[in-house]
Amino acid sequence: MSGKMRILTSLGVIAIVAVALGLWIVRGPGPLDFAGGTKVTLADYRAGKPSGVPAKLEKASLVERGEYIAKAADCMVCHTKPGEKEYSGGLGFKLPFGTLYSTNITPDKDTGIGNYSDQDFLNAVQHGKRRDGARLYPAMPYTSYTFMTDEDVLAVKAYLFSLPPVRAKAPENTLSFPFNQRWAMMVWSAVFNPDTRFAPDTSKSPEWNRGAYLVEALAHCGECHTPRNLGFALDNRRKFAGAITAGWRAFNISSDKATGLGNWSDKDLISYLSLGHAPGHGSASGPMGEAVDHSFSQFAPEDIRSIVAYLRSVPPQPSPDLPATTAPVAPASHKDGITADARGKMLFAGACASCHGWSGESPVSPMATLTGTWAVNDPAATNVAQIVLSGTKRHTPDGALSMPAFGNAYTDDEIAAVANYVTARFGAKGSKLTAKDVAELREQTAE
Amino acid sequence: MHMATVLTINGETKSFDAPPEMPLLWVLRDILGMTGTKFGCGIAQCGACTVHVDGKAVRSCVLPVSAVENRAITTIEHVGSTPAGAKVQKAWLDLEVIQCGYCQSGQIMSAAALLAATPNPDDSDIDAAMAGNICRCGTYVRIREAVKQAANGRQS
Amino acid sequence: MNAHNSVSRRSLLTGGLATGLLLAFHLPLRAAVNEPSQPADATDGKFAPNAFIRIDETGRTVLMMPQVEMGQGTYTSISMILAEELDADWAKVEVLHAPPDDKLYANPAFGLQATGGSTSIRAWWKPLRAAGASARAMLVQAAAAQWGVDPAGCTASKGEVIHAASGRKLGYGAVALAAQGQTPPKDVPVKDPKDFVLIGQSLKRLDTPDKVNGKAVYGIDAILPDMKIAVIANCPVFGGKVGKVDDSAAVKVAGVRKVVVLDDAVAVIGDHMWAAKKGLEALKIEWNEGANAAISTRDIWQNLRDASAKDGVVAKSTGDIAKALASGDKFEAAYELPFLAHASMEPINATVRVTKDSCEIWTGTQIMTRVQSEAAKAAGVPVDKVIVNQHLLGGGFGRKLEPDMVVAAVKVARQVDYPVKVIWTREEDIQHDVYRPVYRDQIAASLVDGKVSGWKYKVAGSAVLARWLPPAFQKGIDIDAIDAAVDAPYDFDNFHVEYVRAEPPAVPTGFWRGVGPNNNVFAVECAMDELARKAGKDPVEFRRSMLTKNPRALAVLNLVAEKSGWGQPLPPRVGRGVCVQPSFASFLATVVEAEIDDIGEITLRRITSVVDTGIAVNPDTVKAQIEGGLIFGLTAALYGEITIEKGRVQQSNFHDYRMMRINETPKIEVIVVKSGEAPGGIGEAGVNAGPPALRNAILAATGVTLRRLPIDRKLLAAGKKA
Repeated sequence: MSGKMRILTSLGVIAIVAVALGLWIVRGPGPLDFAGGTKVTLADYRAGKPSGVPAKLEKASLVERGEYIAKAADCMVCHTKPGEKEYSGGLGFKLPFGTLYSTNITPDKDTGIGNYSDQDFLNAVQHGKRRDGARLYPAMPYTSYTFMTDEDVLAVKAYLFSLPPVRAKAPENTLSFPFNQRWAMMVWSAVFNPDTRFAPDTSKSPEWNRGAYLVEALAHCGECHTPRNLGFALDNRRKFAGAITAGWRAFNISSDKATGLGNWSDKDLISYLSLGHAPGHGSASGPMGEAVDHSFSQFAPEDIRSIVAYLRSVPPQPSPDLPATTAPVAPASHKDGITADARGKMLFAGACASCHGWSGESPVSPMATLTGTWAVNDPAATNVAQIVLSGTKRHTPDGALSMPAFGNAYTDDEIAAVANYVTARFGAKGSKLTAKDVAELREQTAE
Repeated sequence: MHMATVLTINGETKSFDAPPEMPLLWVLRDILGMTGTKFGCGIAQCGACTVHVDGKAVRSCVLPVSAVENRAITTIEHVGSTPAGAKVQKAWLDLEVIQCGYCQSGQIMSAAALLAATPNPDDSDIDAAMAGNICRCGTYVRIREAVKQAANGRQS
Repeated sequence: MNAHNSVSRRSLLTGGLATGLLLAFHLPLRAAVNEPSQPADATDGKFAPNAFIRIDETGRTVLMMPQVEMGQGTYTSISMILAEELDADWAKVEVLHAPPDDKLYANPAFGLQATGGSTSIRAWWKPLRAAGASARAMLVQAAAAQWGVDPAGCTASKGEVIHAASGRKLGYGAVALAAQGQTPPKDVPVKDPKDFVLIGQSLKRLDTPDKVNGKAVYGIDAILPDMKIAVIANCPVFGGKVGKVDDSAAVKVAGVRKVVVLDDAVAVIGDHMWAAKKGLEALKIEWNEGANAAISTRDIWQNLRDASAKDGVVAKSTGDIAKALASGDKFEAAYELPFLAHASMEPINATVRVTKDSCEIWTGTQIMTRVQSEAAKAAGVPVDKVIVNQHLLGGGFGRKLEPDMVVAAVKVARQVDYPVKVIWTREEDIQHDVYRPVYRDQIAASLVDGKVSGWKYKVAGSAVLARWLPPAFQKGIDIDAIDAAVDAPYDFDNFHVEYVRAEPPAVPTGFWRGVGPNNNVFAVECAMDELARKAGKDPVEFRRSMLTKNPRALAVLNLVAEKSGWGQPLPPRVGRGVCVQPSFASFLATVVEAEIDDIGEITLRRITSVVDTGIAVNPDTVKAQIEGGLIFGLTAALYGEITIEKGRVQQSNFHDYRMMRINETPKIEVIVVKSGEAPGGIGEAGVNAGPPALRNAILAATGVTLRRLPIDRKLLAAGKKA
């Protein structure tokens, strides 16, 4: 080996080590690494059954079990365009570099997944690989689903194949270069997909393990609630610290006492997950509202409890931008309390006060109460602006609950003004949104 | 079988069958035949359906009937028996506020609740209390004047 | 179960409530709670000299209302005209909705029984005065005959005939039956306006006392024994049809009685509105959307702009327009107005009972006889078997000049053997309206010596009249669409107006409060402001100089300039805008003062309006109509726009079809000038005035020239110029 070669080789080795180190740093820990403990394969775990369906469905048909798991994995919301047939795809995800459309996962042979073999389906769900070999974008949370057992994935397939096929071709994605290069996703996947099935932790309770499976493999909570790293993958060093996804803020769900779930009672957490509402904590809206309506509200009560047990174990992560405590009830009179933003107040008086009251405690429904919600205590006012723009429609046991979408008739300035007024009056610290911020939020909102 | 719902409306006890999530508006109009309370939008944006619950103005179109059991409900048919309601009704006629009148049940209910809580409202109080009530005929100028007249008993 | 005081609808109707309230009523039109039937026009044993006046032996004076009450105060004003000439005792006057009858009650302006176009007072002024005067003469004759004196020596006042010479008096009740046998004298003179005792007074309205306590009964309040309530879903795409309906979930909803599938709509009938609504939500409907599913607002505007590029039919031409436009300082502009929904506060509705051979309707409509004839067709019964029970209208604004809601309700009611109240949710009301058409108005003008020398005005838009009243559509000209274009008040020596009929694809169009003059007054008054700037003149001064042949317009302009403080200094970004208009035979001048903040948000500071409506029958009503009309028009200017995407309306309720609210409303001063001219129309003039006056105020405050409505506030931020 010549001297020159030796130098080149050394440089090459250094480069490879540097890239590997860099990847390791960027990639960070896996979603369950925080727990430490001793992992065993599912097959070797005897204390309980973390995967599959709850006890009441053990004897149910494959399709019924698949339905439960599909709902737990919340497939429908992303794979259905509002107003179209369930699972027929076509929902657009607006990203900074274009729009991605979800696919038709009904068993239609031409436009859906009717031709998928079991292995094809496993490849897609666990490995992010389409039947034709193309790589999926990680908008499909296969880095979470990869933790699902083959049995559960195939149960979902059985359920989907029990549905009527729908002929519906999703629009072509409109991603710009280089994001339109699907092959690059192979590299991304190699780095960021743990590509491993769920491994129970024998140092934890069976309930915790069930919760971990539900949260990490199925409900994919981290996809919204965990911040992303430079590679657009989940940064589990800040697991569940909260993040902005699709224009909505998914708040801190770590066990942090001030800004996470640390101070929520079990009762409140159970209520929030199963009903989308907990007294003093407000109501789920936006993507979380959909998750409750279509997924969590369908969970067996013991599964909700398992989720709570698991969430409690996630180490605290602070959200330093949020106040230490949410603001108390605002004064009953419009004259008392914060009245700074005159335009915001004017709009609130006309379009908002009827349901939300001047105190923030709703005169019509506890679900419309603003007091105590993180949304109004977030000085960025992301979710306040977003819900004013897009509204919410929730299906609760007490009937539909909805807030109209004001975005089409109110200007960005007006929405900024009302969001600033609402956060100032009902939250700990008022926001300073501008029309430009609101315009950006409009852009980010998925279809 | 669910139990009959029992409400106290205008001082009378009313018992009827209705699903708990049914908005009070439809109980009033379609079950009890009290049509003075109006349907305008169904989403609490217009105020035509305003009633009083424990003296406060509330939009009955989004108010589940289950939320108002054991609470005192007053409607436009009875608001004239309250001092504030009577003053408001009189001022409304004295200043000839009303045009088509369809929204005015709600306007009067909002104004009566305002006066009961704030006997001498200023313009900002009127804005805060009345901005949730839409009037398509555009009687707002007179509504403002009439609230003031009802408050201080003179024509401003 | 069912504790004390349980209520059923039937017990409510048949029980004590109705009788208990009866005593309190002043107007027979409220004779029972949610009155199942309108009281008949009983003439037996009464003095009933014509279709309008009924006096019984007690002197009770019932006046039949040929025009409907939708808030504009017509019942009171029409009663005042009749009572004035009748010399009736105003305290004894009661009003009754007239039944549908074009022979007796056709609006002289239209030849059919319709309330619209601000015609109620103008069109009925003469016939009602004559009717009142003739009846009075008959009463006087009867009394004179009883006394054996010359009728010429008798007078009448406050419901009594008086023989001054002998000091005798007879109440109208006492001579009612005798008067019925009198032959009406020919050509009875009407009063000299100086002798008016009622007309010109701001009498209290007859319809408002029951509107403060929930007793007033609107169409939507009708309650009949065994009645059920339906909500309707019309095909979201205009012209689309029902495809497949899966009602399996809907019929399981508690309280749902039936799902009715029509050609282009599906209705769910329930025990109450909530059940019907829940049932409708549970329906799975596949629509055959049809060709209109491809239409969007963009196509509609393209269509209109293409049409407006063509030559139109000449509606009026004086002088030599070609020559005038060839010289002087040239100006060209096009003004565009959007589709608008009516959104009356009472969502559209109709209650119908259809039997094998009859059809009975309870609703509030602006067009009774058309409702009757269209319902007859839909029910498959003869017209004379259709009873229409008219109610107070919770706003009309032109929407209720259409019978479509009644026709749909009849179709639903035909499917069941009980009465059904069909209610449009607010969403259906807004998405299945008959819309104020889009208009594009082009003006080309030339300035010579600071005055307009040539004025060429081309209106392009839907011909609502051609559909609604075909005989009135002559030679390709919609006289409504160009109404205030041909009547521009200014001294234009070379004056030319054209009309291009351009029907928008897919979208049904109709009358909307303010009608044709909405587009004309906007275009004319916007152009006048732009021309004034071009000429370097003050907008009021510029207009004054061209109103030399129009003293009534000039007088209201002069007064409004004075009262509004025109010309007095204003803070930065505050402006005054003026509008002068002759519309509906009234003359109106309006000044809007508005502030536009740095981000382009608008605050209305003050509005002053001066109106010469001729004889103001009830001046307070005139003021109220201008106040309300201004807000109606300004609401449209600020927020009103219906847009279409994939053949369907994108707006649905007040959160996205926005209304002005009380906290946006400025002080409004309306001055009604004394006039001896015949009354003009007043219900719509204020609507015309708001948008151009505001737009001109914005121009003054910001320098931004807006030529489209609604106002795009994004264009108004500080530093922007147009």
